[in-house]
Amino acid sequence: MSMVLDSKIPHGPLADKWDEFKAHEKLVNPANKRKFKVIVVGTGLAGASAAATLAELGYQVDAFTFHDSPRRAHSIAAQGGINAAKNYKGDGDSVFRLFYDTIKGGDFRAREANVHRLAQVSVNIIDQMVAQGVPFAREYGGMLDNRSFGGAQVSRTFYARGQTGQQLLLGAYQQLARQVGTGGVRLFNRMELVDVVVIDGRAAGIVCRDLVTGEISSHAAHAVVLATGGYGNAFFLSTNAMQCNVTAAWRAHRKGAAFANPCYTQIHPTCIPQADDFQSKLTLMSESLRNDGRVWVPANPDETRSPDQVPEAERDYILERLYPSFGNLAPRDIASRAAKRSVDSGRGVGPLKNGVYLDFADAISRLGKETVKERYGNLFDMYERITGEDPYTVPMRIYPASHYTMGGLWVDYELMTTVPGLYAAGEANFSDHGANRLGASALMQGLADGYFVLPNTISNYLAGWLNKPIPGADHEGFKVAEREAADRFRQYLAIGGTRSPDWFHRELGKIIWDYCGMERTEQGLEKALSELPALHAEFKKDLRVTGTGDSLNQTLEKAGRVDDFFELGMLMCKDALERRESCGGHFRAEYQDDEGEAQRDDDNFAHVTAWEWSGNPMAPVENREPLEYEVVQLQKRSYK
Amino acid sequence: MSKHLTNITLKVWRQAGPADAGHFETYTVPEISDEASFLEMLDILNERLISDGKEAVVFDHDCREGICGTCSLMIDGQAHGPQRGTATCQLHMRKFQSGDTITIEPWRASAFPIIKDLMVDRSAFDRIVEAGGFITAETGGAPDANLIPIPKPVADAAMDAAECIGCGACVAACPNGAANLFTGAKVAHLNLLPQGQAERFGRVEAMVETMDSYFGSCTNHGECEAACPKSISIDVIAVMNQDYRKSKFKNRKALARS
Ligand SMILES: Cc1cc2nc3c(=O)[nH]c(=O)nc-3n(C[C@H](O)[C@H](O)[C@H](O)COP(=O)(O)OP(=O)(O)OC[C@H]3O[C@@H](n4cnc5c(N)ncnc54)[C@H](O)[C@@H]3O)c2cc1C
Ligand code: FES
Repeated sequence: MSMVLDSKIPHGPLADKWDEFKAHEKLVNPANKRKFKVIVVGTGLAGASAAATLAELGYQVDAFTFHDSPRRAHSIAAQGGINAAKNYKGDGDSVFRLFYDTIKGGDFRAREANVHRLAQVSVNIIDQMVAQGVPFAREYGGMLDNRSFGGAQVSRTFYARGQTGQQLLLGAYQQLARQVGTGGVRLFNRMELVDVVVIDGRAAGIVCRDLVTGEISSHAAHAVVLATGGYGNAFFLSTNAMQCNVTAAWRAHRKGAAFANPCYTQIHPTCIPQADDFQSKLTLMSESLRNDGRVWVPANPDETRSPDQVPEAERDYILERLYPSFGNLAPRDIASRAAKRSVDSGRGVGPLKNGVYLDFADAISRLGKETVKERYGNLFDMYERITGEDPYTVPMRIYPASHYTMGGLWVDYELMTTVPGLYAAGEANFSDHGANRLGASALMQGLADGYFVLPNTISNYLAGWLNKPIPGADHEGFKVAEREAADRFRQYLAIGGTRSPDWFHRELGKIIWDYCGMERTEQGLEKALSELPALHAEFKKDLRVTGTGDSLNQTLEKAGRVDDFFELGMLMCKDALERRESCGGHFRAEYQDDEGEAQRDDDNFAHVTAWEWSGNPMAPVENREPLEYEVVQLQKRSYK
Repeated sequence: MSKHLTNITLKVWRQAGPADAGHFETYTVPEISDEASFLEMLDILNERLISDGKEAVVFDHDCREGICGTCSLMIDGQAHGPQRGTATCQLHMRKFQSGDTITIEPWRASAFPIIKDLMVDRSAFDRIVEAGGFITAETGGAPDANLIPIPKPVADAAMDAAECIGCGACVAACPNGAANLFTGAKVAHLNLLPQGQAERFGRVEAMVETMDSYFGSCTNHGECEAACPKSISIDVIAVMNQDYRKSKFKNRKALARS
């Protein structure tokens, strides 16, 4: 172990740590803030909120996104809602309960101090977003409405129809736009980070490729924030937007940032099953549907009747049967495995027998079609558009799909990676969700990081750089990185093989899904680790990218992203292999109890694995950060 | 069960760059499942073009769930194609028939210059929002979220307007290339809410005037509403126009007092 993983958790009792930090951190006075340049890469919830807030504070901010506008980030697609410990319902919620639910939901593999802070600032997020005009759902009296989400027994989820992510992102985008309008933020759109530059051991800036012209350019700053989202598209098929990719985080990893827990990936139980081989992505049906929908499969694998003809007694309501106290609202990893087992046992439904039913018949007869429509109308419409079936009359068919990645760049309490001056926020970091994320907690975390955490912690680093010179974009370190990036893209064009980047991505995704998906085994992971390097070698020999490098070329963009997914895929499998226990989204078939539930091994695996780049993607260096629990007692996670 | 469509002809706009004149290319799709989405059909076409050593057709897309507003195709002369209230990415081949000829073009509007093939530059929308499409509420210090009750009908009306995905179909569908539905939706969202009152008239004035500097003028054709994938009502334009007229009076009065 070579790396020092100092989590920099403040002293004092858990509930006081954040105040303790803020009371003692180093500050930069208002007049000096404008002497600092901060680069924020990514303008989703985490990046837009961070960039806007840093600019409000007075820092010079340069924001980068590969999208044409910050409003398009993947955050826009979040449907269900955002958690906050407001306890507006008076149903027993509190900061502690949200903290505890998140730690437990994460199967006791997250850092207590970070999670507690998240629960604390969750209440400020709702205040902030309402002040910005986010039209959250309201009750008739004008007060904010809440719904329940998986893994919780209180109603703490705020929502805006089925478009919560859209409304939150537009709120953050508008705040960012205001700063762009007044010159506080310079916005670089359709610009992709292709390398991170580290000079004298600290982050000096980034190298980007202009997607419209192909031009490679350098950008220097005092600090760099990566808010570039998750890596769920490693599986090829996922609910993530098509452009989501790991390049920014991976390039940072190659420059010294440790990558933590890459095997912690979340498979979401309620997605529309794959219909065809050429399918490009899978569509999520929000978890909120499990408030009123009931999951079932026919008891008989040879069932041929249409679902409404199957009598009650011949239906198996799998979640209600297995997890009576949480029922259809069992956490995602648990619900996903239950669905997978039903399908594996031959009881899947639909033309390809690759789904389970999510049935609203009871809800419609109890609440009336109008109420169901009010709650979920846009989701039902979306389902019908995609499948051609009407969920008001025929049960939905759902199946798990890759959705979210808990792993990511290792960060300390201040959200700094192992490279000084390089920060990671939102889904790009690993910090708050342990081995499984609860629904409605990613939006919360992205906005917590961007609005409330980073703007506070970044001064602790920047203060030390006041009036000290930093390397400019003409420094040799940048020139080297520019040349390497240009060569890399030239190389993709020069291979002249026979297969497209998408072809390789699909094949890569299949390997990772089969061996590092919902269920993993030692044998399978070893197989993946032998197949991946071979396929990667073929990629380097047989890739075909048409067009040129000096105008917009989506095939070329994709080639770079797939190349990085290959190396990440190897790390995911390696991490999954080394974690010889089951926890949360990481289910190793060898480690399960008599009832098929995940079996953790706290004696040997109560740690974060932070991998260090060695130059060889197959031989990363393992480092461990032990997880020390001061307040929570480690328990077997039970939702029965 | 999925069926197959056969013998589809695509006439696709190809344009190497902003300066290029552009032209239609014809491609045939011999067979496609009706379960495929329209964009998946283009993915398949692109795979074929790459394997033939040709450059793939450039088109914008991302979420493929009808929410990010990135996809932007003129299909047979209709923004986002034939299905009402549906973005291009949510359109499926079951809406077409074997033997169809389908014409695919980019958004056509002078405020949206073509970047390449079917991709356009919609940054003018960002400029409108930067001019005033926000509520100034700096981070920290916001009052408790339930301090100001907002009647449900008001919250719902604001949400109806806020659903806009910023795709630009309204502009593409408008014979004048006007952006009034887009701008009106943002004005209505913010100006209807109690939180939006402080900046109400300054906001509408700045946004409308920025809009006018990029886009054509609205002459009430109503094509925008028909093309909108979120079916946003042209009522938002009335809200905007009314507030804009008032702003000319209110802002002047405020100015005189200062
Ligand atoms: C379908 C769906 C539904 C969801 N629903 C919910 C929900 O109801 N509740 C919840 O809490 N969570 C939900 N989630 C999860 C949540 O939406 C995401 O985790 C979260 O929005 C991620 O935000 P982010 O800011 O970290 O990243 P993103 O929103 O992914 O933003 C990433 C940004 O980085 C930029 N970027 C990335 N790489 C580069 C690069 N190399 N160069 C330049 N720019 C780059 C992109 O342009 C983009 O601006 C959902 C996720 C999905 C897939
Ligand atoms: S791709 Fe996002 S709306 Fe169509």
